[in-house]
Amino acid sequence: MANLNINIGKLQLKNPVMTASGTFGYGTEFSDFFDISRIGGIFVKGTTLRDRQGNPYPRMVETPSGMLNAVGLQNKGIDYFINHIYPTVKNIDTNIIVNVSGSTIKEYVETAEKLNSLEKIPAIELNISCPNVKEGGMAFGTNCLSAAQVVKVVRRVYKNELIVKLSPNVTDISEIALAVEAEGADSVSLINTLLGMAIDSEKRTPILSTITGGLSGPAVKPIALRMVWEVAQAVKIPVIGMGGIMNAADAIEFMLAGASAIQIGTANFIDPTVSIKVLDGINDYLDRHGYKSVTEIIGALEI
Amino acid sequence: MKKFMLDLIVKKNEVLNNQYSLLILTSHNKLPEMLPGQFAEVRVDHSPTTFLRRPISINYIDYETNELWLLIQIVGDGTRKMYELKAGDTLNLIFPLGNSFSLPEKKDARILLIGGGVGIAPLLFWGSYLKERGYTCNFLLGGRSKDNLLQLCEFERFGNVYTTTEDGSHGECGFVTQHSLLKASNFDYIYTCGPTPMMKAVASYASKTKANCEVSLENTMACGFGACLCCVTDTTEGHLCVCTEGPVFNITKLKWQI
Ligand SMILES: Cc1cc2nc3c(=O)[nH]c(=O)nc-3n(C[C@H](O)[C@H](O)[C@H](O)COP(=O)(O)OP(=O)(O)OC[C@H]3O[C@@H](n4cnc5c(N)ncnc54)[C@H](O)[C@@H]3O)c2cc1C
Ligand SMILES: Cc1cc2nc3c(=O)[nH]c(=O)nc-3n(C[C@H](O)[C@H](O)[C@H](O)COP(=O)(O)O)c2cc1C
Ligand code: FES
Repeated sequence: MANLNINIGKLQLKNPVMTASGTFGYGTEFSDFFDISRIGGIFVKGTTLRDRQGNPYPRMVETPSGMLNAVGLQNKGIDYFINHIYPTVKNIDTNIIVNVSGSTIKEYVETAEKLNSLEKIPAIELNISCPNVKEGGMAFGTNCLSAAQVVKVVRRVYKNELIVKLSPNVTDISEIALAVEAEGADSVSLINTLLGMAIDSEKRTPILSTITGGLSGPAVKPIALRMVWEVAQAVKIPVIGMGGIMNAADAIEFMLAGASAIQIGTANFIDPTVSIKVLDGINDYLDRHGYKSVTEIIGALEI
Repeated sequence: MKKFMLDLIVKKNEVLNNQYSLLILTSHNKLPEMLPGQFAEVRVDHSPTTFLRRPISINYIDYETNELWLLIQIVGDGTRKMYELKAGDTLNLIFPLGNSFSLPEKKDARILLIGGGVGIAPLLFWGSYLKERGYTCNFLLGGRSKDNLLQLCEFERFGNVYTTTEDGSHGECGFVTQHSLLKASNFDYIYTCGPTPMMKAVASYASKTKANCEVSLENTMACGFGACLCCVTDTTEGHLCVCTEGPVFNITKLKWQI
């Protein structure tokens, strides 16, 4: 059996398989199905400063090999997380990482500050795909300047591992990655969902209450893989890859493209035990190819 | 209640007509306990257009014969694949999911279960459960025509059955909420599952007659076990997931205009 340990900056992972924010609840939703402490990390739901109800129903539609969602960051806010959820999840024997969102820079900063003091939260993932309310609703992460700005101020207050999650809805994702690296991001994760749309032709109406939503699942995998490859070449900090991973082969492809670790999202809905299967599959692959450590396959793509 | 992901075996798939079938599933092991109102998330294999699992109500469970029944109505590719399953095939289910109907306080409560179309599915299990515990049930089942009225013989085992069809081919002509039973009698508890306009009409009748009323919602779902927050309905407590806080809701909790 190969060594599966990986470090993402200061973050130590027992293996590179983690679950993506918004698709794995707080982890406990999955504990009937498998021992969730076996995976390398759990990225919990998008958390904001205050309670959010999210968007009106319908906020999901199935698409060819994927789905669109418009959940809109429904969560009970950071204080609720600290007082009611943290006491339970801190006992899970793996990395619990909080995905932080906001509509203003101040919200990001205040939420990140509150997470500093939680001993069992070793990292945060800054979701910069949210609309920047001050700037007319354009996502922070779709422009180098605003992406850099939010990372800069959060970096000043947040001491632990700062992962910045990149939006794929941009012309050149490596530019954004370089901009956040320059402001002190410890690592980047990508991709968040791709903006899409679905229409009911019989009713001549959009299906989602918000008209557009975020596409995820195997439909986005080739795009995600290409973006991970581009970003991994551009930056020096570690890259966490995701987007449509359904099995071990998919996960290994992301690592070969340059990801140091991966996250599994939508696949959890279809097979709640998929992350363990991916982990076992990576192990088999390493043995089969005679690798001693999983680190050997990071960026090992031969061109 | 512990959730399982299991491969069940198709013991029999009884075609009821060209739209509906009754899938009888079994397992080599004892089936887990489940409650009326709960559902399963069914993985549909070999259907290129079906990516997510499909939520299907527990229609009936027989612990003695170790059988789990699912009533299937074809509406698209996923349900068509389930309709086409053959004895001996396997089917992967995540279950039991969701909450359940709540028992009336008094054994002599006047109880009415109203179902429309495939919405009758959870009511059979609920009826059998009530009867086992000494309650007396009435079933009011509606469909477009007699082809949409299913399992009538099964329902008769557990209580009195009344029917309506929109074309008058069985029972009274019209919608369930127009049935003469509703004018002739009063009920303490009404449970309903079916198309949303029907459930809203039932809810409105229930609130007028001061009956306690629970409805079983069928919101679209991605996971079915509380992980994605896609399936919410608006309630007095804000957005709640239909898959974990429901599918059964008391109408006083919903923000329906009735
Ligand atoms: C808790 C719950 C219990 C259910 N119980 C049963 C059951 O016992 N038996 C049964 O046959 N069906 C049941 N359903 C409905 C069933 O899940 C859908 O019919 C099924 O997912 C459709 O899949 P498909 O691939 O056949 O059709 P698709 O191709 O997915 O859909 C066909 C058409 O139906 C519409 N549609 C699909 N699902 C829904 C929905 N949930 N609400 C409104 N419109 C929808 C689609 O928009 C589309 O127009 C239940 C649903 C829920 C949420
Ligand atoms: C229902 C749903 C909710 C999501 N919520 C969040 C969120 O709160 N924050 C975030 O950064 N990403 C969120 N995502 C994006 C995922 O974390 C992931 O980046 C994306 O789905 C791509 O991976 P996948 O194809 O494996 O799902 C969500 C995705 C889905 C499907
Ligand atoms: S369907 Fe995923 S939370 Fe209800």
